[in-house]
Amino acid sequence: MDLNLSAEETKFRDELAAWLKANVPSDWETHRLHDTMHDRFDFLRKWQKRVFEGGWAGVAWPKEYGGRGAGLMEQVIFTEEMAKASAPPLANVLGLALIGPTIVAYGTGAQKKRYLANILSGDEIWCQGFSEPNAGSDLAGLRTEARLEGDHYIVNGQKVWNSYGWAADWCALVTRSDPASQKHKGLSYLLVDMKSPGIEVRPLRQLTGESEFTEIFFRDVKVPAENVLGTAGDGWNVALGTLAHERATLGVSAQIAIRRQIDRLIELSHEVEANGTVAAQDPLTRQKLAQSYIENEVLRLNQMRAVSKIIQTGAPGPEGSILKLAWSESNQRFQIVAQEMLGAYAQLTGGDFAIDAGAFSYAYLRTRGNTIEAGTSEIQRNIIGQHVLGLPKSY
Amino acid sequence: MHFGLSETQQTIKKSAKEFFSAECPMPEVRRLMETEHAMDDALWKKFAEQGWTGIIFPESYDGFGLGIFEMAIALEEMGRALVPGPFISTVLLAGTVLERAGSQEQKQKYLGAICRGEAKSTVALLERSGSWNLDSVMVRAKHQDDGSYTISGDKLFVTDAGIADFLLVAVRIEDAVALLLVPSDAPGLTKTLMPGVDLTRRLYQVSFNKVNVPAANLLARGPKAREALEAALDVACVGLTAEMVGGMQRLLDITVEYAKTRKQFGKPIGTFQAVQHQCADMLFLLEGARSSAYYAAWMLSENDPGAKAAVSVAKAYASEGYRDAGNKSIQVQGGMGFTWENDAHLFYRRAKASELAFGDATFHRERLAQIIIDK
Repeated sequence: MDLNLSAEETKFRDELAAWLKANVPSDWETHRLHDTMHDRFDFLRKWQKRVFEGGWAGVAWPKEYGGRGAGLMEQVIFTEEMAKASAPPLANVLGLALIGPTIVAYGTGAQKKRYLANILSGDEIWCQGFSEPNAGSDLAGLRTEARLEGDHYIVNGQKVWNSYGWAADWCALVTRSDPASQKHKGLSYLLVDMKSPGIEVRPLRQLTGESEFTEIFFRDVKVPAENVLGTAGDGWNVALGTLAHERATLGVSAQIAIRRQIDRLIELSHEVEANGTVAAQDPLTRQKLAQSYIENEVLRLNQMRAVSKIIQTGAPGPEGSILKLAWSESNQRFQIVAQEMLGAYAQLTGGDFAIDAGAFSYAYLRTRGNTIEAGTSEIQRNIIGQHVLGLPKSY
Repeated sequence: MHFGLSETQQTIKKSAKEFFSAECPMPEVRRLMETEHAMDDALWKKFAEQGWTGIIFPESYDGFGLGIFEMAIALEEMGRALVPGPFISTVLLAGTVLERAGSQEQKQKYLGAICRGEAKSTVALLERSGSWNLDSVMVRAKHQDDGSYTISGDKLFVTDAGIADFLLVAVRIEDAVALLLVPSDAPGLTKTLMPGVDLTRRLYQVSFNKVNVPAANLLARGPKAREALEAALDVACVGLTAEMVGGMQRLLDITVEYAKTRKQFGKPIGTFQAVQHQCADMLFLLEGARSSAYYAAWMLSENDPGAKAAVSVAKAYASEGYRDAGNKSIQVQGGMGFTWENDAHLFYRRAKASELAFGDATFHRERLAQIIIDK
């Protein structure tokens, strides 16, 4: 146990902090609160380019593919320093956190060379084609078909819940390449150019009113056979790699994002009333704010422990499900605390009286999805029960 | 940076696990909990021979000289084995008070005796209010003309007072909080058992009827006394929290084993998601409690200014987590879990006492609020 940064880690942190101080755009807060989703994305894409050109994108990725070649601990420091500097997040979320690491793990030399640097620079945005209308939690039941014809796959089917589908240049697509196969066997993980003829992207409007997600339709889409990631037919294991990264790493940025909202709510507690007094002095509000802080802190510490374990063992394990449960469920509980403390104002989505331009009412609605996206809480508990604790399989 | 055990720390944890599981199997725990003090001399002597009774104290007082973090992982194993008796009261609480507040001479005499396993002790702090806040100390000690002190009043919820050879008593001398060392056989001192749910640790009412102690028994008065008490409460709190983590781990192991073997509807009940999810939640609580306990121990060992907040985070989380884990364990084990023979209730009882000791979740949330809201 040694939570002090090593000399090397300290040097990395100080250099990064200095770079961020000189480069973080001062108008991010305005864009965050007032831009449309698409304008905000363009802003973040430009910011990512700047981070890449500064040499800070892909901290833990190999140098030969445009990364910095540092360790996972430096990656965590990067995320923390970005938060401290109030820096905008990077645009290519799925490419950076999930698909890139999967390409690093399973890709051929040529694939790494072709895709990785463009993920880091933000020149090519990625989405994930995993879920289908009839394959959600039961992902292995997916039916999107990839038929090998000569040196191409012909892809037919439909994917749904694709974050960033509207911005994506590439899609990490899990398909059934052996039509006679069932469940986990006979799947192939394809890297698909979203400009290919036969692809249609439709926005999917979610309960917040935004269309963060899309549906993607594939009609006789030709995908070169060389675009299989890993071995053809082994797509389930490749996809599991992506999902493990999703659970292990998305939590770090989620924890920081929630912490910033907690800090903001604590700030507001000195300005609003609760139970006939300033909220900051109301014992009940104090208990709830402290509990939100505790849950967030426990999440941070679980993450730190998990990262240390990944550094030792080399890959994220099923324990990532604990982190996924922690950030999603603690976020929902925190949003309720915020709603209760802000009272009547909490419901406002805009106008003169809305707090922070309605950021808390938006978060309240958006957070409802947290225990569904990236694997429902029920699925996470099944994974913990069956794959971590070794209880018998229930399906 | 590394968040986890070093090789040396893994060795300490392993040897603690081997020692405590060999010396304190459940039949032995059940035997000891039926005795007057939930501990016997032979076992305590073994603890001392292994160095546990002096674990965090300097070798100059016959201590073992390990750090707070190493202490915490040893306590985790004590908690897993449900080791009964006065270890936390004697070593962590009284030992730390002596180390922080005692004079050289007092430390040689009393802390040395604790380290060598020759004496047991505890701290008498709580009163009728049941509050862990030091401002709530009301029992008075009167400074006599001959320099001695006379104590009058009642201390409540004094853990393991029955087996203690001497007590460290928090009193008021005039307006200042002070610490006096009182031998158990001092005239006018009576101990009355306060029967509680935890069968493995005893609580006492300690009454002082004009108990007189010489001037040499004053450990500290004013800020030094407060600092020593606060330090000891933080050390004991971290040790207890780590012990709670060990208890949660044991409950989870028992529960998962049961869910894998107990059959209903023709299959192991662990096949059913309603059962799996309760086990998953137990692991969730356990891992959070473990991460925050390790972190608090680390922060305290580094004297980090953030240690107080870290201790409160860990204690608040474990206080509710251990209780919930106990609930789930008994629920999964059904009727079997509700029997006296099943071990779950012994941990469930320990969880209740541990939840309250050194401040419950509400107390620590408020203590944290003072740090994060009031600034």
